[in-house]
Amino acid sequence: MEIVVFYILAAVIVVFSVLTVTTQRILRSATYLLFVLFGTAGIYFQLNYSFLGAVQLTIYAGGIIVLYVFSILLTSPDGDKIATKLPKSKLFAGLVASLAGAVLCIFITLNHTFPVSRFVPGEIDMKTIGFALLGTEKYQYMLPFEAISVLLLACIIGGIMIARKRG
Amino acid sequence: MFDFSVVTHWVDQLLRSFLPEGWAILTEFILIGLCLLVGYAVIALVLIYVERKVCAFFQCRLGPNRVGPYGLIQSVADMIKMLTKELITINHVDKFLFNLAPYIVIIASVIAFSCLPFAKGLEIIDFNVGAFFVMAVSSMGIVGILLAGWSSNNKYSLIGAMRSGAQMISYELSIGLSILTIIVFTDTMQLSQIVANQADGWFIFKGHIPAFIAFIIYLIAGTAETNRGPFDLPEADSELTAGYHTEYSGMHFGFFYLAEYLNMFIVAGMATTLFLGGWMPLHIGGWNGFNAIMDAIPSIIWFFGKTGGLIFIIMWFKWTFPRLRIDQLLTLEWKYLLPINLVNMFLMVIVVVFDLHF
Repeated sequence: MEIVVFYILAAVIVVFSVLTVTTQRILRSATYLLFVLFGTAGIYFQLNYSFLGAVQLTIYAGGIIVLYVFSILLTSPDGDKIATKLPKSKLFAGLVASLAGAVLCIFITLNHTFPVSRFVPGEIDMKTIGFALLGTEKYQYMLPFEAISVLLLACIIGGIMIARKRG
Repeated sequence: MFDFSVVTHWVDQLLRSFLPEGWAILTEFILIGLCLLVGYAVIALVLIYVERKVCAFFQCRLGPNRVGPYGLIQSVADMIKMLTKELITINHVDKFLFNLAPYIVIIASVIAFSCLPFAKGLEIIDFNVGAFFVMAVSSMGIVGILLAGWSSNNKYSLIGAMRSGAQMISYELSIGLSILTIIVFTDTMQLSQIVANQADGWFIFKGHIPAFIAFIIYLIAGTAETNRGPFDLPEADSELTAGYHTEYSGMHFGFFYLAEYLNMFIVAGMATTLFLGGWMPLHIGGWNGFNAIMDAIPSIIWFFGKTGGLIFIIMWFKWTFPRLRIDQLLTLEWKYLLPINLVNMFLMVIVVVFDLHF
């Protein structure tokens, strides 16, 4: 049962990832990306990690994709059709880069010995996650959390600066 | 009080008695899905009828009264009409996205619907991040609306979708913060646990001032979130014909219609669960006879009764207030509700830390 669900999710992720980069229309591409992210959220839910799954849904599906769609609607006049034919040199460069990436990924996956998963069945308590996020001890994430909030603050200020068209 | 888990356990045992475990679980999935969809459709039909009647009474009319006694079968007839109508294909649209959009909207709404705890022992999805999960899923609907508006290839639809997106994204903040206020108070995000914590008093009484402010803000933001009047600019019929679903016909329009009503039910149901004790009966300390009578009422009636009351209030908003302008709408959210909400959350933290609640 679990295996079947996993294969379905994996197939969805793979198919829509490919479609995301091959489609000609930019808004369709964003929609396919949405399905890829749903698939990833599905895998999190299958691992019983409902917090990460819900975060994935809110941040990516509810936030990032909506932002993409909004910016596509606001910038490109017809919201359609990505740039036409690529020049040959760019095509070649892209092929080399993707080939190198693929070789690297396959090399690492094949050489890495995956440790036997110490998977604890059942949901993780919300309190555990909260303390891990905001604790200052080892394996707790207070510093990255604060660093990201400073980064976001900088983004907000930057956004306001750009939006305000005064000297 | 009757516990519905008796029924579900009985069904579970029955299926397991003649099926292997995997197949039994699969059958249960399908059964639950069917029950959910039937419940979804029936609630939508009832809500459409109620909305038409309430609207009629507010405008000193009679409303539907021809089909069946008091026009009760009117919305069923409408549904059959909608199901048999042709799905018109429109030229020069992105057909794939155009047909996909209503499904995204309705799936988001069905999943959020299935998280509500309807009665004692009748919870379908009960994650320990339940409240957060409901918000996450309901935010998926925005994508569907934006896609519908863009792929219709129509100015009115596009403007409606943009307004709707801007509105839902801003009011999501208020909803999130007011839910967070209650989570600060109750210490858990699991919806069944939130209801269980209200056995000795609903949060709106236990959390007094901050809970009450959060409740008011939740109702306002929830009304805006479901694109209902006075916040119905995305489909302002006098300006935009019908907003983002102008071009849709037949059952695809029906999906938007159903999702709109059910989103109202979900907002009211979440408000019931978070503030008014879910399916918990009203208890007053010391009045034992009164409490016993209240306990005799089944939990499912408590839930639907409270939700129905809130739905009536939301409809009341729609038929009494005039529509806001877009700048008024955004001012209300960003300049009033959001600061009040942040201060209110701080107040709730003080109440919890100094143990000032009942």
